[in-house]
Amino acid sequence: MSAKRIFIKGNEAIAHGALDAGCRCYFGYPITPQNDIPEMLSSAMPAAGGEFVQAESEVASANMLLGAAACGVRAMTTSSSPGVSLMQEAISYMAGSDLPGVVVNMNRGGPGLGDIGPSQGDYFQSVKGGGHGDYRTLVLAPGSCQECYDLTFEAFDLAFKYRNPVLILGDAIVGQMKEPVARREALPIDPAEGGDWKLTGRGQRAPRILKSLFLEDGALAGQNIRLRDKYAAMAAEVRYEAFETADAELVVVAYGSIGRIVKSTVRALRAEGLKVGLLRPVTLFPFPEAALRDLAGQGKRFLTIEHNLGQMVDDVRLAVRGLADSEFFGFLPGNMPTPEDFDAPVRAAVKGA
Amino acid sequence: MSEQLVFTRPEVLADVATHYCPGCQHGVVHRIVAECLEGYGLVEKTIAVSSIGCSVFLYNYILVDTVEAPHGRAPAVATGVKRARTDAFVFTYQGDGDLASIGMAEIMHAANRGERISVIFVNNTVYGMTGGQMAPTTMVGQKTTTCPGGRCLEREGGPIHMSEIIATLGGVAYCARTAVNTIKNIAQTKRAIRRAFETQIKGEGFGFVEVLATCPTNWRMSSVAANERVGKEMIPEFPLGVFKDAAKEE
Repeated sequence: MSAKRIFIKGNEAIAHGALDAGCRCYFGYPITPQNDIPEMLSSAMPAAGGEFVQAESEVASANMLLGAAACGVRAMTTSSSPGVSLMQEAISYMAGSDLPGVVVNMNRGGPGLGDIGPSQGDYFQSVKGGGHGDYRTLVLAPGSCQECYDLTFEAFDLAFKYRNPVLILGDAIVGQMKEPVARREALPIDPAEGGDWKLTGRGQRAPRILKSLFLEDGALAGQNIRLRDKYAAMAAEVRYEAFETADAELVVVAYGSIGRIVKSTVRALRAEGLKVGLLRPVTLFPFPEAALRDLAGQGKRFLTIEHNLGQMVDDVRLAVRGLADSEFFGFLPGNMPTPEDFDAPVRAAVKGA
Repeated sequence: MSEQLVFTRPEVLADVATHYCPGCQHGVVHRIVAECLEGYGLVEKTIAVSSIGCSVFLYNYILVDTVEAPHGRAPAVATGVKRARTDAFVFTYQGDGDLASIGMAEIMHAANRGERISVIFVNNTVYGMTGGQMAPTTMVGQKTTTCPGGRCLEREGGPIHMSEIIATLGGVAYCARTAVNTIKNIAQTKRAIRRAFETQIKGEGFGFVEVLATCPTNWRMSSVAANERVGKEMIPEFPLGVFKDAAKEE
């Protein structure tokens, strides 16, 4: 086994991924089920020469992220659903000010206080904006501890590439389970990153202003058009896993932990000869619309499975509209699904039509 | 004998007309901040955090790198800035609604952590930009658009005294309240802001200066009457002075 292969929780993989990607500022506030992240970084971040602050609230931690981001430093905050709701103000301001940062949401059950178990109830909040105003965030949905590490590692590059907040949307399953994770070469800190916009103190140059207030006639319209073009360009980052879709009659669409569990269901039904496949979006924004539309064009049928009452299914239906529809099966939060829980709905859907 | 210029505009202060109302004292405080930045040679390494309210346009007048914070969150944003760039000189500029109402948690905790930042808190006892509504510092009996009969102690509580509260927190190196209603008080304000900046430069801790100032428009007063109100009504309620100076306690 490689020395760089370690056996860790998904939450710890996120912390490792951030450190190895050069994140040197972490701000957070404790909330279950993601406390392994701040607990680990409270010692690991200072040891790496960075800063760790346990903020007074999620509001403050997200605004600390905003401040560090304005300095062009790789920074992160992590939380879970109710905490992420409190962060939406700062996330909107970061989007409006073109600031890069990584926000992790280990989704738990809601609405309100809900429970501390896994859920996918925050899909709408994550991919449709969440805070006020016209904006989007890149949303990455890990389905394994390895993806927790890899997607967090890559999230920082994406944040700086687009000067935009990047969300990691996991849940209590992927955060709390333990798997072997292969670490990458740690990235060196690039002091030149964010070169032409970050705040450093003006030195001999003109002052720089990072803001989201645009009062002059037409100024906000110009900003919103620029942001729209930026969000459109993010389509280049779309990622998904297609499993056994080539000859499938039914494609199940599921993401994150649920996508991983459904994969086991699909594998079991394949063993029986049922023509079923899985499309697991890894980026939830940008959404793999083209891939789904392509499958719809091949005459395939769809079943969307989520750990909620039905949210991503709207995006699946938009992607395949005019060619197909999608059935929906929602596994309710407050319960932990197994591959067997999806056997009956997938079996029914594949035999349906 | 030729004339000799003895009083000039600090270069870090933009040579433009401000958007502030006649008689508003933000301009006076801006100038003092600008003079202190230049006096300590801080201009090139400063990152300012502007807040919500009339002073959001700080970046149009004080020509340093600036990031805009959401309402009340400037001390949290400044914490992130200072932690990311420990060599920078970082200050926030906040009004009373921003700092003492929606941003109460952020200011208290940044102060308590002893963040190496400086906070300029301009208290004019009213919400200016939104049109004269009640602030946490509005005085009992003072009329605003949301307490048209005058602030009532039983119904709305009394004004919050931020300097007295901030001075009790462990991480605070310097905390003072001043005013800009007289030449003497303007000079005192400059001394206080200079000392607050010095605490950051020396790494002593959190520096806080509350400046009592006017809002003639929302007080429905002439500039002169507004200035007189600071001396007659505000200072008796909000006494001036240094509430904490870590250096002098040693």
